[in-house]
Amino acid sequence: MESERTRREVRETAAEPTGVPRRVGAQAVGGGPADEPIESAVCLSINGERHTLIVDHRATLVDVLRERIGLTGTKKGCDRGECGACTVHIDGRRALSCLTLAVAVQGREVTTIEGLAKPGTLHPVQKAFIEHDAFQCGYCTSGQIMSAVACIAEGHARSEAEVAEYMSGNLCRCAAYPQIRAAVLAAAEEAGR
Amino acid sequence: MRPFTYARAADLSSAIAEASADGTSLLAGGTELLNWMKEGIAAPTRVVDINALSELDYIELGATELRIGALARMSAVAAHPDVEREFPALRVALEKSASQQIRNMASMGGNLLQRTRCPYFRAEVELPCNKRVPGSGCAALGGEDRSLAVLAGSERCIATHPSDAAVALAMFDAVVRIHGPSGAREVPIRELYVLPGATPHVETVLAPGDVIVEIALPRSRMTSSSHYLKVRERASYEFALVSAAAGVESDGRIIRAAKIALGGVAPKPWRLMSAEANLVGVSLDDEAAMRRALARDFDAARPGRQNGFKIELAKRTAIRALQVAGGVA
Repeated sequence: MESERTRREVRETAAEPTGVPRRVGAQAVGGGPADEPIESAVCLSINGERHTLIVDHRATLVDVLRERIGLTGTKKGCDRGECGACTVHIDGRRALSCLTLAVAVQGREVTTIEGLAKPGTLHPVQKAFIEHDAFQCGYCTSGQIMSAVACIAEGHARSEAEVAEYMSGNLCRCAAYPQIRAAVLAAAEEAGR
Repeated sequence: MRPFTYARAADLSSAIAEASADGTSLLAGGTELLNWMKEGIAAPTRVVDINALSELDYIELGATELRIGALARMSAVAAHPDVEREFPALRVALEKSASQQIRNMASMGGNLLQRTRCPYFRAEVELPCNKRVPGSGCAALGGEDRSLAVLAGSERCIATHPSDAAVALAMFDAVVRIHGPSGAREVPIRELYVLPGATPHVETVLAPGDVIVEIALPRSRMTSSSHYLKVRERASYEFALVSAAAGVESDGRIIRAAKIALGGVAPKPWRLMSAEANLVGVSLDDEAAMRRALARDFDAARPGRQNGFKIELAKRTAIRALQVAGGVA
């Protein structure tokens, strides 16, 4: 029941606004400032493209990416920062888009799986995941690849044990971990890390 | 999640003024606040983003102390060469916290203010929890208590504090610098947290409007001989069952001075003050003598139904952490 409620709430908070920013009264926000908005116009920079939209302050980056901007490559798994499926890069560093408010990333550069390589081409880490069969169902894969690209760039892919440690924030319930580690190590070697 | 207004603080004084208001939460890394809002643990009517306060994002080694700005990210502190060289226990504690994604987001000030991982406190379906709803009871007492405290709990709460970094910082006698509506002050980290007693929802000495601005670690000869050992049920990305931060000054294998703080056993980082005195003159190889030195700090332990193992585990973890810190293991 709880999860149904949460999903419904997510749909509401991510929904397209109907027009001008809604303003809510003191009662609706439990005694908060009566004349201040609960949504804001923001300009988000996603994969080098600017998107201007009005977001409910509650909307997380993962919901805005998927439901508003149409970039569904980023996946929503646990929605609690526990699984890593929603991993994106913010200002070049890997971060969890389910624990990030969309309104708070204004002025920062967000990269998603769609922005890793030019359309029609694959990033070397994407190629390595295919080469090493590093997935089964594929749900965690976008997050795994975003995390792996950062892991290699950080210099944390020098051994299998180090890859396991620095990729531990990305769960794979199909347990493709040996193949994922192999893919990350191979891509790191190719990148000269 | 309830609707809220949002603002970015332009400077520290406006953040303090905002934070003094009822219903306002400050947003730093957000890795705790967003989960609290999703679970209904927190329902602020206003969120004030302090991430633009770049003056709180620094790591500086001074003549007498290492100063860490409250907005320094966990991953930045963990990777800093001065931390690695002079305070290795803090580096290890940070690297073994959460995941790299979360460490990139989470601030050091926020890390100190994370709240317990007690499953009843975090439950999606609200259960009796005196931290979450004061007076509602404690479902952990008589419930699943495997992960919970064996020292210094109360009849109202047996939650542990989840921060790894706080355990290392308690061992290093770090101080927390705070700016609030009535000015600046500093609090030793061991006095930042208050024991649950009759009011488990009161967790720190911070007052409305108080903002942690800096964490300072005093430099000493001992700090570079330090280690953090974390024991948990997964190899990575898991909270501690028991952890120990140890710092040792030794003459060969003989302990001249020692400091130990434990995580996972008490409502706050738990210093072993008797053991620290008793360990002077003991050999790092003599585990029986070290065990005797540790005994008294556990006299007050009150295990529950499933967490009694933590007493023995904590002693073993402390001994091992001392040996690694002293360079003999």
